[in-house]
Amino acid sequence: MKFPDVDPRTVTRLRDRLAAEADREGVLDIAYRTVDTPVGSLMLVATEQGLLRVVFEREGHEAVLEHIADVVSPRILQAAKRLDEPWRQLDEYFAGDRRRFELPLDLRLAKGFRRTVLDHLPDIAYGQTWSYAQVAAAAGSPRAVRAVGSACATNPIPIVVPCHRVVRSDGTYGEYVGSPENKVRLLTMEAA
Amino acid sequence: MTLRPFERIVAEYGAMVLRVCRAVLGPADAEDAWSETFLSALKAYPSLPADANVEAWLVTIAHRKAIDIVRVRKPIPVPVIPERATSPPAAGDGLWDAVKALPDKQRLSVAYHYLAGLPFKEVAAITGGSTDAARRAAADGIRTLRRTFQESSDEVP
Repeated sequence: MKFPDVDPRTVTRLRDRLAAEADREGVLDIAYRTVDTPVGSLMLVATEQGLLRVVFEREGHEAVLEHIADVVSPRILQAAKRLDEPWRQLDEYFAGDRRRFELPLDLRLAKGFRRTVLDHLPDIAYGQTWSYAQVAAAAGSPRAVRAVGSACATNPIPIVVPCHRVVRSDGTYGEYVGSPENKVRLLTMEAA
Repeated sequence: MTLRPFERIVAEYGAMVLRVCRAVLGPADAEDAWSETFLSALKAYPSLPADANVEAWLVTIAHRKAIDIVRVRKPIPVPVIPERATSPPAAGDGLWDAVKALPDKQRLSVAYHYLAGLPFKEVAAITGGSTDAARRAAADGIRTLRRTFQESSDEVP
């Protein structure tokens, strides 16, 4: 005598239904989905306010979710619907059909001067680059070049908030939260 | 220690809770009970102590949801259906039918101990009564299931 096992697809279907109901009742604090892109697998994470995180593979998707559970809310479910629009716009961007993102953002994970820096990054147009020093000047603290570097390195919403367009004064690309290779990939794509 | 993303809770315990719901309510109502259990758990999750026993917490919620579902369904007058010869149980479903036919206390003790893996002390805390009574009820239930299942599988070659 053995109790029949549960088909894993049944649990997936019930999980999707749970996510939809939780969203309707306003208790799905965090929704996420993973998508395949030319810069690898990206995890998109959103609160009810807007896009909270874009996560490259090298950051570790699971580790990032655990951190979000800790600092924002553990009410986290995989749920496609809330990420449909961010994913649509990213997909258009990777296809070369979008130069600007029009999405509600939730920037609560960036504080103080880092937040100020991120607010200035969308001023850098598609296909252009600014130096860390230029961004520091634009953010009102011309001497805070290193702080601009750390603001970019900890940008919670890379690609959408275009920290990849910030490069070294000598013209080399420098570090990137999603790996230097991916920075080259994005800037090459935008220059095409 | 902090709480894990709720998605991990669903991934780890989703199948267990569904089996428990099937045993307690039968396959037809199990999915509704599962959904209500996890929705309720998601709402309460942020205030769950990080060292809480998650299985026991989920089964306790499932137990309450099952009672609610039975309470809502019971007063509905059901037309008397003339008895028909029952078809042989479909693979897998037969056992759920046999579980459903058990007395409440036995059915719940079997579900919470054998399917959820809770110790009898926890089972008793959910169903009421003593730890020994829960142990006896589970043992009686399993004995009946073994017998019933042996018989029904003898009928089907």
